[in-house]
Amino acid sequence: MSAPLVSVRDLKVHFARPNLNPLKPRETVRAVDGVSFDVEKGTTLGIVGESGSGKTTVARGLLRLVPVTSGRIAIGGTDVTALGGEEMRRMRRRMQYVFQDPYSSLNPRVRAGAIVRSPLDVLGIGTPAEREARVAELFAAVGLRPESQGLFPHQFSGGQRQRINIARALAPAPDLLVCDEPVSALDVAIRAQILNLLQQLKRRLGITYVFISHDMAVVKHVADEVAVMYLGQIVERAPRTAFFARPLHPYSVALMSAVPTVRGGRERANRRIRLTGDPPSPIDPPPGCRFAARCPAAEPACRQTMPELRELVPGQWVRCHRVEVVGEVIRRPLG
Amino acid sequence: MFARSPVAVCGLVLLVAILLVSLIGPLVYVADPFDIVAAPLSPPFSEGALLGSDQQGRDVLTGLIYGGRATLTVGAAAALISVVIGITIGAVAGYFGGTVDEALMRFTEFFQVLPSLLFAMVLVTLFSPTLTTVVLAIGVVSWPGTARLTRAEFLKIKQYDFVAAELAIGARRGRIMWKVILPNALPPLVVSATLAVGAAILFEASLSFLGLGDPNRMSWGLMIGSSRSYMLSSWWAVTFPGLMIFLTVLAVSLIGDGLNDALNPKLRERR
Repeated sequence: MSAPLVSVRDLKVHFARPNLNPLKPRETVRAVDGVSFDVEKGTTLGIVGESGSGKTTVARGLLRLVPVTSGRIAIGGTDVTALGGEEMRRMRRRMQYVFQDPYSSLNPRVRAGAIVRSPLDVLGIGTPAEREARVAELFAAVGLRPESQGLFPHQFSGGQRQRINIARALAPAPDLLVCDEPVSALDVAIRAQILNLLQQLKRRLGITYVFISHDMAVVKHVADEVAVMYLGQIVERAPRTAFFARPLHPYSVALMSAVPTVRGGRERANRRIRLTGDPPSPIDPPPGCRFAARCPAAEPACRQTMPELRELVPGQWVRCHRVEVVGEVIRRPLG
Repeated sequence: MFARSPVAVCGLVLLVAILLVSLIGPLVYVADPFDIVAAPLSPPFSEGALLGSDQQGRDVLTGLIYGGRATLTVGAAAALISVVIGITIGAVAGYFGGTVDEALMRFTEFFQVLPSLLFAMVLVTLFSPTLTTVVLAIGVVSWPGTARLTRAEFLKIKQYDFVAAELAIGARRGRIMWKVILPNALPPLVVSATLAVGAAILFEASLSFLGLGDPNRMSWGLMIGSSRSYMLSSWWAVTFPGLMIFLTVLAVSLIGDGLNDALNPKLRERR
């Protein structure tokens, strides 16, 4: 296999909180605290986790939409954290972002055609005639009527707006598309359409995706590899089939068990693992395993030392003291 | 939407009427407003002075027709200067935030805490009181409100995803500030600019009343200022120019209110 398109090593994004008391040291929010992963060309990495786990910050950090505190992000071999303004601008041709909220992510005063054309204008790609042709091609590719180019965003439905969003991101023909919950604001029927559109683009154009979601069903549908985040860290990383067949980390097990199902009825509902409480604060995370306070399988040792992300089975990485390999058998604390 | 508000339409009609009188009036009715045409302090309907004359025997009606140009010019030009300074400082402060914002806001507060009329008086007396210095003085003392409003809009709008989307497509700072955020911040600024015209007209009148206007240019403020000692005995010399200022500021404020209603999406939906 060739070198991965995206290679992230020990990414940290910390935010300083505004300090009202000058005598106290400034508090930092460790939104993303040491995240590493690779994404092979033409594959999809699904990142899941609950609200506040840092998924969106990882996505924004990847494209340097938020300042990266430390770590290395290589896209096609280029370390983008080291790039200066002008080089970074050129790099943006190769990496684009699809926003979660199709309402606030489109400038309300700009017509749809001009929105989709804007990356070409800003990055100076092609002649004006070529740009027009490209916009027409993109409108067709995402299933929007060509005459809708002259309309303003508020004249479109949520699903159509997300198509405009995707068309804008595709305009400079990027290698990498970072999608931040692109379907969570859409209703179920439209959701399927957009997911199928993204899948189709992946097959046709060989685009690589980093796909953020809190919806396990969506991730199961689109991802080739899954990373589970909890409080700024990846707690489990595995190929999709392995992950959905047998999640190893107690948090992954709990997440999976929280997926609503029609079948199974009361019996299944009773076996459901209910997590209580909230994640600890990312300002001053506890010293040991960050999930220990809510983990049904936690032991005193879990609260003492931070577990490392270990590769237990080829391709499957877990950050948990309690998952063990005994001979050929994997013992997991939950599930 | 604007056209449906009767109040705003009244304001617009009034302003157009005043503009017509002030711009076309002097072309039709050729006279020198400083000429002595009647006995000093002749009451209205006297021979040669329909609305009376002031203490030097100058015709009040001629003054009204000719004085509008200076007053309206000062109002518009000073408001323009104030809005340009205010938007620039507010936009930079709101967009960059942090230390830049702190510094610019302290600078703005410095202008805000100075009594603006006194400050403008100092500026006008330091230089000679001409139309230009009056305009500059008013513009320089009245921008802080616009700067704060612009800053607030920038702080709000820069959080929206469509600004992050501009970063993601590699847009430069200038484009984001002036082509993306500013157009979205305009509605409240348009209203504020309209009201600033009214405020500048009042400001000019105040300065002229205090004798700091341009003495060689007839303006409504100058008329009130020069006749203020005779206010109780000869009401006409101050009342008519005062009424013109009142009507002009009223018209501008009504238009501002109408624009506010028309540009405010929440009100738009309610109707």
